[in-house]
Amino acid sequence: MSVSAPRSDTQLVSMQAISKQYPGCLANDAVDLNLGAGEIHALLGENGAGKSTLVKILYGLLQCDSGHIEWNGERVNIASPAVARDLGIAMVFQHFSLFDSLTVLENIALGMAVDADATLHLRIREVSERYGLPLDPDRSVYTLSVGERQRIEIVRCLLQDPRLLIMDEPTSVLTPQEVNELFVTLKRLASEGVAILYISHKLDEIKALCDKATILRDGKRVASADPAVESARSLAALMMGDELSDVEPRSSSAIDTAIMQLSKLNYPASDSTGISIQDVNLELKQGELLGIAGVAGNGQDELLRLIAGEVMPSGGSSIVVKGLDITNSGAGVRRTQGLCCVPEERLGHAAVPSMSLTENVLLTAHHRMSMTSLGLVSKAASRRFANEIIEKFNVQCSGPDAMASSLSGGNLQKFIVGREILQNPDVLVVSQPTWGVDAGAAAAIHKALRALAASGSAVLVISQDLDELMQLCDRISALCAGRLSQTYPTSEVTVQQVGLLMGGAALEAST
Amino acid sequence: MNETILLAILTIITAATPLVFAAIGELVVEKSGVLNLGVEGMMLVGAVSSFTAVHVTGSASLGVLAGMFAGVMLALIFAFLTLNLQSSQVATGLALTIFGIGVSALIGQPLIGVAYEGLPKVQIPVLSDIPVLGRLFFGHDILVYCSIALVIAVSWFLKRTRAGLILRAVGDSHDAAHALGYPVIRVRYLATLFGGGCAGLAGAYLSMAYAPMWVENMSAGRGWIALALVVFASWQPSRVLFGAYLFGGISILQLHAQASGTINIPSQLMSMLPYLATIIVLVLISRDQGRIRRNAPASIGKAFHPTT
Repeated sequence: MSVSAPRSDTQLVSMQAISKQYPGCLANDAVDLNLGAGEIHALLGENGAGKSTLVKILYGLLQCDSGHIEWNGERVNIASPAVARDLGIAMVFQHFSLFDSLTVLENIALGMAVDADATLHLRIREVSERYGLPLDPDRSVYTLSVGERQRIEIVRCLLQDPRLLIMDEPTSVLTPQEVNELFVTLKRLASEGVAILYISHKLDEIKALCDKATILRDGKRVASADPAVESARSLAALMMGDELSDVEPRSSSAIDTAIMQLSKLNYPASDSTGISIQDVNLELKQGELLGIAGVAGNGQDELLRLIAGEVMPSGGSSIVVKGLDITNSGAGVRRTQGLCCVPEERLGHAAVPSMSLTENVLLTAHHRMSMTSLGLVSKAASRRFANEIIEKFNVQCSGPDAMASSLSGGNLQKFIVGREILQNPDVLVVSQPTWGVDAGAAAAIHKALRALAASGSAVLVISQDLDELMQLCDRISALCAGRLSQTYPTSEVTVQQVGLLMGGAALEAST
Repeated sequence: MNETILLAILTIITAATPLVFAAIGELVVEKSGVLNLGVEGMMLVGAVSSFTAVHVTGSASLGVLAGMFAGVMLALIFAFLTLNLQSSQVATGLALTIFGIGVSALIGQPLIGVAYEGLPKVQIPVLSDIPVLGRLFFGHDILVYCSIALVIAVSWFLKRTRAGLILRAVGDSHDAAHALGYPVIRVRYLATLFGGGCAGLAGAYLSMAYAPMWVENMSAGRGWIALALVVFASWQPSRVLFGAYLFGGISILQLHAQASGTINIPSQLMSMLPYLATIIVLVLISRDQGRIRRNAPASIGKAFHPTT
């Protein structure tokens, strides 16, 4: 595709020979990156390839050891994010810098150094409507889902009229419809002359959206490519080197024995902003992968907490696993019964950030993997298990004593998914299994989930990534405002039809 | 009979005012994410400093200022230890209280038995002479009005001003605030010093107005009650005011009940009443989890290590 956007000879941004050394690893090795106004530029690479380091240097969060940055042809020293913002650089982070107890309006005001007044209120409404990013400025952030939180960050950036917008994995929490809307937004911004640096692992998206791509591997720039010319497969090959393997065709291993039954599951919201789970009925068969689609904030978190035993359903509900009624049992009993869960929030819910991996292993696996005797913890056993997870799931970390918070998002995700899978649960419930994880790691997680199902366990996948669910699951259903739709075999519905289910509509009887 | 009730209400106001000062100061401190358990110590040092100043200079204004200054100085020690040297806030706060009890007893030794006539009352011609209402609303000492004004000012500051928003943001997530470029340590310093000033003022009120004299350990646990009030009021200024008056009210009423001798309940039980009732009432009104999530400073008591 020839790029028709207005372009002068000088680039908007030119990063030249950027190097950054961390203790024990060279994160960026003489990386060049050039962006013109109105260009949508993809930055591709696996976890640990140095993408985050590079954009953090560009945004002033890190300083490079050597190399320099030119902005509009002039050499600049981006000493802090404030300097970057003054130049016109805005960034949507993968991990959001949001204040939970404050409202959307207050959060945006803090990020922009303006007052949280009626003018800003109006501008937020305006921008969020114009770009199809619905946001209520008066909601408290803690009541919002991950997807909604991301919208805050995007709206905050758009309000600053940036000249360069950096987006770190923006679509991993959006529905297909939302992704399309976002792409319309981004293309519109690009046509207005805004340069966009787009970090993603989703090759289809990059092909659909980006004018150019820079591919990083192990801290080096291995290629620049035109995504319109390259195929998804050739891009993946550049990104992953020779590790690439094809996706195995689906073959269902489901047999007709129910292993978990949810019936009339009800849970009233604890406050006015929560979602009530209403009359959820679901039967999970042995050996099957069942997907639950849905837009963020439609009760996914509540449903997972109910199944995990973190909250108790109201009367009349029932949860049966392998013939045992565990409706009123706590999380420990449920794990003993073979029901393991991976919640969406990696840090703080699935893992304790300030504890080591060994200690985090102990928290969910101590019983199933017999890590205690006479009430005493066997550190050796938990260490062994942590090492096993690190090895089998290829987790990049300094060892089993690394703090959970020191791992990158993708690596921690591999670790917590691995922790539950290796316990050989009869039922595994996993929420957003590949959020913020690169293509290689996502493939590894998918493969492990399939292998688990093939071994006769049932896997319930709650995800906002519809492509993932359609590719991975045998049957699919959607959660909308706390109600679960009917379940359909994935081979018999289209993405558009599931999109309808996610919106709360019922499908025609003929499908 | 009317006269008795009126007198009781007037004493309730004087009993509640030091709690209002101490608690509203601590509320600001906690909203910035700092937990200063040294309120009791700062109150005592404030009390003895203001009484000393009044005794030496004879000026009530200087007395009040001396009390506030002493509270700020103690808070400065706390801020330096916890914010710069990153010592544990809990341990440092407890040490500050013990230090305050000791040092105030030492300074106050020569002052025991010294008399002071108390803070002058504000008398407004005509208005103060209105029967009942005049004495209820006018004719208090100036600090009573200051305490109410302070609650309104703090409430307005936190909800309506940009500085207040930054303070709440720092208390909610210091890492996010730091990432956005806000000076976490400086904000917490200012909040801690403000809290110290308020605790000192509360102490000054005790020794200059509530019971115009110096007695060792005269705050008698009010610093701790102030701390509890902040939590049970779920960090809302108006509820702090309510809680302080509730506590003051029940303390005075049970004193009157004990003095009347008509109620046959052991005095120890009666003395427990204000503590129990205040906590129960505030727990009952703060059961809404959403309200707590919106108001509780999430990073309270956590040390902040700036990464860059």
